[in-house]
Amino acid sequence: MNERILTHSDALNEALRQALEADPAVFVMGQGVDDPFAMHGCTRGLAARFGEKRVFDTPLSEAALAGVALGAALNGMRPVYMHNRPDFLLLAMDQIANHAAPWRVMFGGAAGRAPLVIWAASGRGWGAAAQHSQALHGLFLHVPGIKIALPATPYDAKGLMTVAIRDPGPVLVFDHRDNFSFSGPVPEEAYAVPFGKGVIRRQGRDLTIAAVSRMVREALSAAETLAGRGIEAEVLDLRSIRPIDHDLIAESTAGTGRLLVCDTGYPVGGLAAEVAATAAERIFGKLKAPPARLALPDCAAPAGPTLEAAYFPDAARVVRAAIDLMRR
Amino acid sequence: MKSIDPETALALYRAMLRIRRLGERIEAEYPEDEMKTPVHLSTGQEAVAAGVCAALGPGDLALGTHRGHAAYLAKGGSLPALVAELFGRAAGCCGGRGGSMHLADLAAGYAGGSAIVGGNIPIAAGMALAFAMRGEDRVAAVFFGDGAAEEGVFYESVNFAVLKRLPVLFILENNGWSVCSPLSSRRAGELAFHRGLDPALLFSAKVDGNDAAAVYAKAGKAVRRARQGLGPSLLECLTYRVGGHAGPEAWDPPGYRDLREKARWRHRCPVARMRRRLLRAGLADSEAFSRMEEEVAAEIEAAFALARKSPFPGPADIAAFLHSEQ
Repeated sequence: MNERILTHSDALNEALRQALEADPAVFVMGQGVDDPFAMHGCTRGLAARFGEKRVFDTPLSEAALAGVALGAALNGMRPVYMHNRPDFLLLAMDQIANHAAPWRVMFGGAAGRAPLVIWAASGRGWGAAAQHSQALHGLFLHVPGIKIALPATPYDAKGLMTVAIRDPGPVLVFDHRDNFSFSGPVPEEAYAVPFGKGVIRRQGRDLTIAAVSRMVREALSAAETLAGRGIEAEVLDLRSIRPIDHDLIAESTAGTGRLLVCDTGYPVGGLAAEVAATAAERIFGKLKAPPARLALPDCAAPAGPTLEAAYFPDAARVVRAAIDLMRR
Repeated sequence: MKSIDPETALALYRAMLRIRRLGERIEAEYPEDEMKTPVHLSTGQEAVAAGVCAALGPGDLALGTHRGHAAYLAKGGSLPALVAELFGRAAGCCGGRGGSMHLADLAAGYAGGSAIVGGNIPIAAGMALAFAMRGEDRVAAVFFGDGAAEEGVFYESVNFAVLKRLPVLFILENNGWSVCSPLSSRRAGELAFHRGLDPALLFSAKVDGNDAAAVYAKAGKAVRRARQGLGPSLLECLTYRVGGHAGPEAWDPPGYRDLREKARWRHRCPVARMRRRLLRAGLADSEAFSRMEEEVAAEIEAAFALARKSPFPGPADIAAFLHSEQ
């Protein structure tokens, strides 16, 4: 069978296009969604095809536009609000955490649901530094009421966005800039990648590596290196972190006895901490070593290339962390 | 009174009377501590909600604030469900989840209240965007205070609404106080929007917020404009918080404002003013007013009795929303 191969950004583009075709309530907004950069190609051609009423550029007003998306969602629409970088979502934090997230619960369901998607692409490298590199899903993970997805493959980029747009509540989708140019099989028709279901990307008996987004690729590369040293790593791609597939993590880790969590974000109070803590709660007796975390250093991102190289985790660091864990 | 038909004038009076009498009842009972929720009353400010909501249709939406009883009631929100909400009961408009600050009654078009100052402003713009995208002849109105007009999101929202010509009414209910901070310590001079924008882009006006007929007239103009596709309006309704920030007026701490100022505004009571005008115009006599008082008193009495009899939500109701993202 001939599999169709698409880049990550083309896969996301197709998800948006199909959602716009399928449901007149769907619209796409954000600064630059109709410009030549087209959000790394993810929105290319959409404005021309669906018109400026359904795919439109916005003022930079992140706080108000997040509220606009929420208000439209509460009033029967399904907005997708796209941001170049998660760092700018902090300007919209009030609307996301104080309004969209609790809206349904705060009114006991009496004020409707908010089916909105907010998308942003994390970056790293090339001197992007402290305010253009952050992966802030850990911050949003803290807040009940929002779903969060972190696609690692083109297939998931399309399937998770498709599900995010159909979801009855607020969803954050964090892509990673380094993923956009990677290609993989993507079916043509619309399909769902359900939230809360992780996937085993590589089977192994010696340790479990639970990863998200860009770190899935680093973990798979590390697993090859580790295999050369006789260590068989099982690599899990969590796909979404709210809800998160704690069952899969527990099941895999119960089998291997060791858990290494690889995150693109900060280490303190973040995704890796949450995964490690839950695994310890669930299967403490089956652990051969304490769960380990590989995340960013606990400081802001540097700009210069040598500092960047030391700052961002890569496959080599995953290998070292895995070997350290095997020795414990 | 010549600008307003008798039926509307009476409806405005009745709407204000319900808000006032319910506020008084809440003040009287609040110290008993059965209503365990911070209440922010609108005593003396009733004309703003009454005037604006009278200009809205049943299909239009309104959003309010933490000081939201008035807008909720004026838009047609259920009074018994509001009282039950204050008592934390399952029969409350939000099942005891929202409390005084988060009221909603979608059937009446009251779409919710936010206690984050300014937070509801862009949401109203988004609701208006949805109306515009679907080509519906409906408008959204959002009530917010003078404090909210100091939030950046206010500027952002007005800019976006003007840009997209959204059918939205920004109702700035300027009561002079943010907790104990006077407007003079928070803003210098006029609100920039009153002077800075082409009137064709934004209908902006200041109005006596203690005159329900005046508010109704300006809101009516704003609603007509919105329905014609001409875009948003900003009404700054000048009023005064005669009570404290929260709770009964007796709990308002002394020492932060001139009590003569308060007395002057109390004298400008919007309910009494409308009553005098109705009398003068011969639209109601003392008998009609007594009847209205009795009806409102009975409605409030029944609502309090019902609320007290209603069951509380239990632990299972928390579980219903646990991990609500799923």
